Amino acid sequence: MEIIEIIRKPWPWYVAGPLIGLTVPVLLLLGNKSFGISSSLRHMCAAVIPANISFFRYNWKKEVWNLFFVAGITIGGFAATYWLANPDTIVISQATQTTLAGLGITDFGGLMPTDIFSVSNIFTLKGLIFFVLGGFLVGFGTRYAGGCTSGHAIMGLSNLQWPSLVATISFMAGGFACTHLLLPFLLQLVK
Amino acid sequence: MSNINQDTDLVVDKEDGFDGINQQKNPEGFTANIKYLIVGVLFGIVFVKAEIVSWFRIQEMFRLDSFHMYGVIGSAVTVGLISVQIIKRFRLKTLDNEQVSIPDKTFNKGQIYGGLLFGVGWAITGACPGPLFAQIGSGYLAIVVTLLSAIAGTWTYGLLRPRLPH
Repeated sequence: MEIIEIIRKPWPWYVAGPLIGLTVPVLLLLGNKSFGISSSLRHMCAAVIPANISFFRYNWKKEVWNLFFVAGITIGGFAATYWLANPDTIVISQATQTTLAGLGITDFGGLMPTDIFSVSNIFTLKGLIFFVLGGFLVGFGTRYAGGCTSGHAIMGLSNLQWPSLVATISFMAGGFACTHLLLPFLLQLVK
Repeated sequence: MSNINQDTDLVVDKEDGFDGINQQKNPEGFTANIKYLIVGVLFGIVFVKAEIVSWFRIQEMFRLDSFHMYGVIGSAVTVGLISVQIIKRFRLKTLDNEQVSIPDKTFNKGQIYGGLLFGVGWAITGACPGPLFAQIGSGYLAIVVTLLSAIAGTWTYGLLRPRLPH
């Protein structure tokens, strides 16, 4: 099999996980940068709409590397999707498919269900819940927690920081509660 | 470690919850920053190829229907942990020949309250901040709205911060 065909297939966790883990030493050795992504949102606020809020009055230009990093992630997402796309349909666990189908999801063909995540839903209740509310919680919550999956779960735990363990457990607890208690209600609401 | 803003002399201390902090003393110009863009590109490719950006993978994780995400996060932390130990043990230097320094995280209740709120948002959007960017790059343009809302959420936190329990 040609190498490009192997790359096009979905990468297993034991390839992807270690590569993501290597981001930690790579960033540290390239320029003493601690891995973390959610702070990019804070730098955007500081750069564009600081509004004299003390939390956004700092030298964001010193942290501009983080904006280059997320710009890179966007480009990488484009490259992987348009040049290295998986020729087959995504394989989703049968149990998850059955549950989600019962909640009204019909599209299991891509990374995201088009039932929800399509542009035509932006100005609907779906958009309000899944884009506006969901996004708000991601931005508010990660900043309140002082980091996200990268800053706490990966960087923090790699550096044996117990506050990061507390944060990671909280992320998971919130996610489990939402998936099993709130999401069925939300999906019913937009059905 | 604190950052001093040269214009206003305001101090951003670590309690402000900076993740992804830059500890390099030498300032870097535009071209020096290109290397972080390249790391980001590779990182974004991994995100999409391992389908971490998929709403379905996050659903599988929270429904305990697949090991994939646990494997990804678990092996990432293992490799990160070993790397950080090696860097500390052998006192490795950065490209600019500086001592690697990683600030400690300070506990505050925000890690619990904020963590729970982020968890809820994670399950709804199927994305943490990193995958948001990769999803947009993948052509899911509706996620631009999610990203703008996440920025608004971050801004609102900054506004309400003095009144929130920490």
